[in-house]
Amino acid sequence: MTAAASTPHSEGAPLAITLPASLQGVELVRSVRTPAQLDYQFTAGAATSRFLRGIAQKKILGERCPVCGKVYVPPRGACPRDGVPTSEQVELPHVGTVTSFCVVNVAFYGSSMELPYTSANILLDGSHLSLMHLIQEIPADQVRIGMRVEAVWVPDDELKPTLESIKWFRPTGEPDDVNVDIPGEDHGTGLGSWVGGVAPIDPRGTH
Amino acid sequence: MLTAPLIIEYPFKRTTGPVIGAFMTGLRERILVGSRAADGRVIVPPAEFDPVTGEDLTEIVEVGPGAEVTTWAWVTEPHAKHPLDRPFAWALIKPDGADTPMLGAVDAGSIDAVHTGLRVVPRWADEREGRIEDLACWVPERTTPANVEYKRS
Repeated sequence: MTAAASTPHSEGAPLAITLPASLQGVELVRSVRTPAQLDYQFTAGAATSRFLRGIAQKKILGERCPVCGKVYVPPRGACPRDGVPTSEQVELPHVGTVTSFCVVNVAFYGSSMELPYTSANILLDGSHLSLMHLIQEIPADQVRIGMRVEAVWVPDDELKPTLESIKWFRPTGEPDDVNVDIPGEDHGTGLGSWVGGVAPIDPRGTH
Repeated sequence: MLTAPLIIEYPFKRTTGPVIGAFMTGLRERILVGSRAADGRVIVPPAEFDPVTGEDLTEIVEVGPGAEVTTWAWVTEPHAKHPLDRPFAWALIKPDGADTPMLGAVDAGSIDAVHTGLRVVPRWADEREGRIEDLACWVPERTTPANVEYKRS
């Protein structure tokens, strides 16, 4: 048994402390702000700079791997699978399919979004990497994987080299694409497939 | 290539509990406090638990404002988040009546003005809200405040 355990104060009750005369009768501090701030200078890199300059011209530019033919957007300049530069630029349509989404119900510091809102991974037609953006102009509880969406841009005179030049994506009204290939799930067949090609096991089933 | 400032900030707010709260309250009121340990030593900033026995420490006592530098390191090139924008000393400073030193910045002007045993006093921030920055820094104690006037005349 420790010494602390031999002189417990009752659980949940505030610890009774004695203050010097100079602090008696003043309002006690109960909390402190302790923000942790990290200041970076972000350098986009050559490939992402090409992409962002395209955005400022209302173009979505991906880059194709010369080996596997996959189109990455936003491009990082190299194919993560084949390790070669993605030299061919591909202009992509502004239309794609939701591959994953998250409904945000809790406000966080620095966000001016009205709640609830939906953040989604969107696979643009002709690309093989989802990009993350907002889904609007539809109630959050109606967003679904496979939903077809299109980019909504800021007015032309407000275009800048930032993904914020796309305000959000909205439903196109087309039928859902339930067979959308989800990037990273290459071994499966779209929705519900298993990363790495390992088949799900029925917990009740026989081996 | 495109570049842009990127600031990541986590806006933590933490509750202090009564002991650390007393220390923060003291800073706001321009008073330094510590806690008295079971063996009678005074720990500054106050510890919530006795470092030897683990008992709750509940007796908060006033210390300082005079204090003594016990060890120090000179900063020749302060960076943006340092408490001072000119060269200064990081020092361990033991307030009068305390048995442990606490970390603080000493605005001494030059490295030649700092030495172990230097007497210092707090310089308080004009606006205080109960946080460590309320104690803006420490400055050498002026035993002869008339010096400044003397030099001018």
